[in-house]
Amino acid sequence: MSSTTYPALAAGRRLPNVWDFVAIACVLGALMAITPAVRGTLAPLSAPGAVTVHLDPAFLPYYAVRTTLRMFAALVASIVFTFTYGTLAAKSRRAEMILVPLLDILQSVPILGFLSFTVVFFVGLFPGRVLGVELAAIFAIFTSQAWNMTFSFYQSLTTVPADLDEAAKSFHLSTWQRFWRLEVPFAMPGLVWNTMLSMSGSWFFVVASEAITVGSHTWSLPGIGSFVALALQQQDIGAIGWAIAAMLIVILLYDQLLFRPLVAWSAKFRFETTATAAPPEPWVLALMRRTHLLRIVSRTVGALLDTVGGLRLTPRRQRSYARRPPSRLGDAIWLGFIALLVAAALWRIIVFISTGLTLAAFGETLIDGLISLARVLFAVFFSAAVWVPIGVWMGLRPRLARLSQPAAQFLAAFPANLIFPLVVVVVVHFNIDPNIGLTPLMIIGTQWYVLFNVIAGAAAFPGDLKEAAANFHIGGLLWWRRVMLPGILPYFITGAITATGAAWNTTIVAEVATWGKTTLVARGLGSYIAEATNQGDTAHIVLGVAVMSGFVIVVNRLFWRPLYDFARRRATFG
Amino acid sequence: MDTVVTHSPLLEVHNCRQSYRTDAATELLVLDKVDLAIAEAEIVGLLGRSGSGKSTLLRVVSGLLKPTDGEVRWRGSSLHGPAEGIAMVFQSFALFPWLTVRENVELGLEALGLPLSERQERAEEAIDLIGLGGYDSAYPKELSGGMRQRVGLARALVVHPDLLLMDEPFSALDVLTAETLRTDLIDLWSEGRLPIKSMLMVTHNIEEAVLMCDRILVFSSNPGRIASELRVPFPHPRNRLDPAFRQMVDDIYALMTRRTPSAETRVTAQPVPAISQALHPVSTNLLAGMIESLAAPPYEGRADLPALAAALQLEADELLPLGEALALLRFAELEEGDIRLTEAGRRFAAADTDTRKAMFATALRAYVPLAATIRQVLEERWNHRASAERFRDELEDHMSPDYARDTLRTVISWGRYGELYSYDEEADQFSLEETD
Repeated sequence: MSSTTYPALAAGRRLPNVWDFVAIACVLGALMAITPAVRGTLAPLSAPGAVTVHLDPAFLPYYAVRTTLRMFAALVASIVFTFTYGTLAAKSRRAEMILVPLLDILQSVPILGFLSFTVVFFVGLFPGRVLGVELAAIFAIFTSQAWNMTFSFYQSLTTVPADLDEAAKSFHLSTWQRFWRLEVPFAMPGLVWNTMLSMSGSWFFVVASEAITVGSHTWSLPGIGSFVALALQQQDIGAIGWAIAAMLIVILLYDQLLFRPLVAWSAKFRFETTATAAPPEPWVLALMRRTHLLRIVSRTVGALLDTVGGLRLTPRRQRSYARRPPSRLGDAIWLGFIALLVAAALWRIIVFISTGLTLAAFGETLIDGLISLARVLFAVFFSAAVWVPIGVWMGLRPRLARLSQPAAQFLAAFPANLIFPLVVVVVVHFNIDPNIGLTPLMIIGTQWYVLFNVIAGAAAFPGDLKEAAANFHIGGLLWWRRVMLPGILPYFITGAITATGAAWNTTIVAEVATWGKTTLVARGLGSYIAEATNQGDTAHIVLGVAVMSGFVIVVNRLFWRPLYDFARRRATFG
Repeated sequence: MDTVVTHSPLLEVHNCRQSYRTDAATELLVLDKVDLAIAEAEIVGLLGRSGSGKSTLLRVVSGLLKPTDGEVRWRGSSLHGPAEGIAMVFQSFALFPWLTVRENVELGLEALGLPLSERQERAEEAIDLIGLGGYDSAYPKELSGGMRQRVGLARALVVHPDLLLMDEPFSALDVLTAETLRTDLIDLWSEGRLPIKSMLMVTHNIEEAVLMCDRILVFSSNPGRIASELRVPFPHPRNRLDPAFRQMVDDIYALMTRRTPSAETRVTAQPVPAISQALHPVSTNLLAGMIESLAAPPYEGRADLPALAAALQLEADELLPLGEALALLRFAELEEGDIRLTEAGRRFAAADTDTRKAMFATALRAYVPLAATIRQVLEERWNHRASAERFRDELEDHMSPDYARDTLRTVISWGRYGELYSYDEEADQFSLEETD
């Protein structure tokens, strides 16, 4: 863990500016523009009854395969999106102006709230067919995977070392060659790491997106997610156990077969000039490298890809100087276009608000938002209070820190929905106010991000500083205050930012917990959105999501990012 | 240059000007009126201090950078971007860490779209020539610095360039490794085994230039100009201990220090305000250490710069800023390749810490207008605080942001040592706290 980087956060220094406003307006405007279409398509649809989900564990392997395929389809889409969007944002100055803030906003928006729209939209594209629902689920998973991958790729593209850039230019690499020989390899370690994070994070969405109810319609797809949903509905605790087991196996399998080899392989792309001690080779990679037959196959495939990457594609011509002075007229047209776009988006928002919503409703969501904010911050700080000492203790023991890494993926992937039964039973039994009783659900999802970042920070803490602290007999509170806490601060804040994002998404699921006939509701923006979704009330969904996005962005920009910048400045040399 | 008119030169640079535009719409000159011609079969060295624009000129020649003004002619036609037949060796090696030695070497050929068999053949040839045989499948990070630069050389040579550009190719290597690489390269060159016509190298190492080049162009700084041109008359292989060789090194030292006072007067003569004088970041520890060394035997207050550089294991590029900083503060004087302590310098060497700090503060107020201005502004303010931003802005009107940053950092560090003012990094503010 200690060698991992968090490229998606390197954007920390970007300050809020007018482009954020442009991006927010565009996202909300687009959202409101599709709502009438959604309303229209809602009516003629009949729920596809073709899909039935069984609670028999014998069906689970099949469901697991369906779910995994869905996740990988989304992953492929995410990678394609990453390569195109990230490249465009990095290569075109004009595209960059709008694409980067847009990505930043999309990253902060609780995607789960959009689920109802996207389902209805995709089902409307293929009326009466499973394909629409399938695409909707894949799209939902995609939206949970793509943003951080794209951000990481964009960041890598904009930080390609100047000397390699010059070498590529002076040796006349074509754009295509440059992409595959310089840019993609340079971005690879960050991309692989973010892909792993994305896969873990997307389980939450799998569970939420395979079975969804909008208004009177319920769609479900064969998969672990709908299996869990049915088990919750029928109060079948055994089936939930089976689902957890199936999930564990799937995670273990793709971790061993795909991510371990991928991480080990991507180490060769790490931009370092000194050889570091390599971790043990994962068995799959060893198998591919040592077994004769497999080696021939992987070599051939590798050589083929290599040749494709090495093709010039574009004819060789006298290259001109890379940077031409930007055309003023082009800029003016482009800015004018963006201004029109923003105006259209604003118009949409105004029309939407004036027809469907009252000021009172807006005020209500603000109060709900504050309640949810309190819950989110409580979850993060509670996790910190519990897990920071434990994480430091583990991180300072290298063996323990290493062992904790595989556990990270599973625990981070674990969707909070699976804990509902336990919590609901406890809350009902002890007659606890749901407003308080449901809060632990949020901690379940968020605590791991804090824990594992703290472990990484403590493991990376410089040995000489530890020795210096011991030599000067710095102990007790002073050690925490002056030595360890400042040392792990950047890591902790990274974890806390991720945890906060996850917690906001969790509110949508965790403020309403269902176990059979019992439904517990805690007041907050999450339950507001969840209920609006259940009633198919698009106006209020949009309002809820917009307010939640606002909360996320404001908290990130005004609180976490400055804190992160501060920590990074203070806790590092230079 | 007029002697090689038999056929037109490989490369010609006419009246090249490279400027840098700041926000204030003032232009900062990096290169000014540079003319350069490279004929076939010669090694030309661009010698100068860091920041003198010599690397910029190399990038202009390579086609990576478009000159603001002037023309570059390559093989008779004007240059528009990275040209074929020009290959570059980088100071930082610029090897692709994810490609093996062979793949790195083949990269330039792949870009030319050559078929696989020819690529392999030529790569093999270059790898063997440069002494990398057996390392084909190694990754750069497995190699030592010297081996890495050999890969850099092989990668440039494999495309059979007419002109090989080298940007301080040996400065990232240790002394022994650098020497081996230099002699290997020169041996191959004199034996005519390098598939190139000419070389243009940038260096700040005077001995290296005299050892390798046929012609040396000495750069002056700020803005970069070619101050003088020297022919090196010795045949290869050259002997560093040859008195004529030593004399030439001495002469170049003298040449490079002689310009300094004139450069200083030029700065003050121009409308550039005195507080916007660029300062090289030289630590006060080094300054004090240098004064002590000079005051002690065997120097007794006076030293020959090349000898001092050798004794202190400093390169000219490191020693000269140090000498200039001492000269600026009037603790020493530079003349004809020598450095001599002034009366103040001698007193400084003998003084205790507090007296030294007081002397340093006095020198700062008298001879470093920027430090004096900061102190004065702080004294005038009711709260004795001033944002560093305004000084940075002021500096950036007259120099590049990099220079401005260095200058500000230097003036902060010097001011702290002299306890003239203190600086709060978090608030980016100067203040008189703790100094009174």
